[in-house]
Amino acid sequence: MTPPVTPVRTPRRRSRPADRGLDRSFRYVAVGSGMLILATLASVAIFLIIEAMPALTHPDLASEIPWIPKDGTLWSVVGPLIFGTILAAIVSLVVAVPIAVGIALFISHYAPRRMANALGYVVDLLAAIPSVVFGLWGVMVLAPKVQPVWQFLVDYLGWIPLFAGDAHGNASNPPRVLMTTSIVLAVMILPIITAVSREVFLQTPRLHEEAALALGATRWELIRMAVLPFGRSGVTSAAMLGLGRALGETMAVLMILSPGLLYSFKLLVASQQQTIAANIAARFNDANDIGRSTLIATGLALFVITLLVNLAARAIIARRKDFSGAN
Amino acid sequence: MAQRIDVKDLNIYYSDFLAVANVEMSVDPRSVTAFIGPSGCGKSTFLRTLNRMHEVIPGAHVQGTVAMDGIDLYGADVDPVAVRRQVGMVFQRPNPFPTMSIADNVLAGVRLNNKRISKSDAEEVVETSLRSANLWNEVKDRLNRPGSGLSGGQQQRLCIARAIAVKPQVLLMDEPCSALDPISTLAIEDLIAELKSDYTIVIVTHNMQQAARVSDRTAFFNLAATGQPGRLVEIDDTSTIFSSPREQATEDYISGRFG
Repeated sequence: MTPPVTPVRTPRRRSRPADRGLDRSFRYVAVGSGMLILATLASVAIFLIIEAMPALTHPDLASEIPWIPKDGTLWSVVGPLIFGTILAAIVSLVVAVPIAVGIALFISHYAPRRMANALGYVVDLLAAIPSVVFGLWGVMVLAPKVQPVWQFLVDYLGWIPLFAGDAHGNASNPPRVLMTTSIVLAVMILPIITAVSREVFLQTPRLHEEAALALGATRWELIRMAVLPFGRSGVTSAAMLGLGRALGETMAVLMILSPGLLYSFKLLVASQQQTIAANIAARFNDANDIGRSTLIATGLALFVITLLVNLAARAIIARRKDFSGAN
Repeated sequence: MAQRIDVKDLNIYYSDFLAVANVEMSVDPRSVTAFIGPSGCGKSTFLRTLNRMHEVIPGAHVQGTVAMDGIDLYGADVDPVAVRRQVGMVFQRPNPFPTMSIADNVLAGVRLNNKRISKSDAEEVVETSLRSANLWNEVKDRLNRPGSGLSGGQQQRLCIARAIAVKPQVLLMDEPCSALDPISTLAIEDLIAELKSDYTIVIVTHNMQQAARVSDRTAFFNLAATGQPGRLVEIDDTSTIFSSPREQATEDYISGRFG
């Protein structure tokens, strides 16, 4: 015979009102944080618009600002600046993304564990290098080394508009050109793209990897069937984060690129393009009031571009949602 | 197409740990063999040695031979990737590729073997495989939708269709119904009975009624104590195992008196 079980009295919870208070205050904190970020974004936008207003409404900007060509409007400089900014960022992305994805795949699926950890750590260290150091390295170390390569590209691939030479059919020397700048930018955005991609690849469900292996997939086929499709949206986000940094990077561009205000696709010729951020940094100290307003107007353009890039990235990710594995 | 499997003196290790010891068994072509036994006794581990999936875990290896129609799968010149293309596998939880459509899921293995399959051939493979998996009527109007939108039972049948699309010699199933409701389970069991005429099937199950219903032969695995290696207690015709097993341990397990 088992003895009769006496029910154990569970202690009544006394702290219900307090719990609810805590719950409520946590909600206020969360909502407040959410509002704060919106308010910050709005105030930056408002600041840019108000400060840019004098330049946006000025009837004859060219007469006041030396670096606007004669009879030019604000758009005659903002247009080439936007063009240069986007071109530099896209070239750096084209260079960085395949390398970053390759490193991330090596770390997540090929390297022995100890080596993977070490390599991941080294890549993260790249992110800790200040951009002014990258600028110095670009000018003093990278530029002399790549000049012969750029000359080679002009000589043999010069028929591609991107690799066209100058009037004498040469790549500029010293190579303070957009290509050199974009290589440095690529090194700078490599860590963030690699880190995010690596995390995404490591989260590939074991189930899907085993499904591919059981069908007789090789390592590369496993990556193509299970890892890359699963990581696609993550890599897109990573690339957009990198693009954001490349669009806004100032110091390295300022130190390496010889500026110009042309709509030019020539990546290997100096004095063709300039980016918005480097242009602001170069001219802000010497600018008068209307000059500052003009620079802030270009900053407003950069703000809008970055916003559009992020919206585009979200649209790309959302379009593939059904197939993303999140359902 | 279906082939016999002969396992001799197989010891299975995770690094230094002997997980399953001294397995010896033969599986006839075109038959269903069920593995039963308590959790952790090594049934799934053993199953995964039959297509060399065991060794994808770092440090895992085996000693002994697993011969398929006389050829040792663990021979020096045998490529594990080639083995897995001959031996299909269905997992405990349905795992269609979420980024692929239903049709592409069926074709995933076929495309590994043969990159350039013509459109009409591909359509034919999709239809025959889905028909064999008793899924065609439910999905024929949405072959281009993602496979992850199907119910669990449908997803598992999609995985079976994917496995048999490459016409494997052997089909391994690792508790294929444990995540499914009774109706889906019944559908899979009926399917196993149909597939038996073409394939050699090995199934791991925790459900003894299921083993009794679907299998021709049943193998009982057990382990002496925690930390000891699992071993094959006995293998015999299913009717014998469930009516008059040779070993006391088997009888205790199937009648619910264990531990």
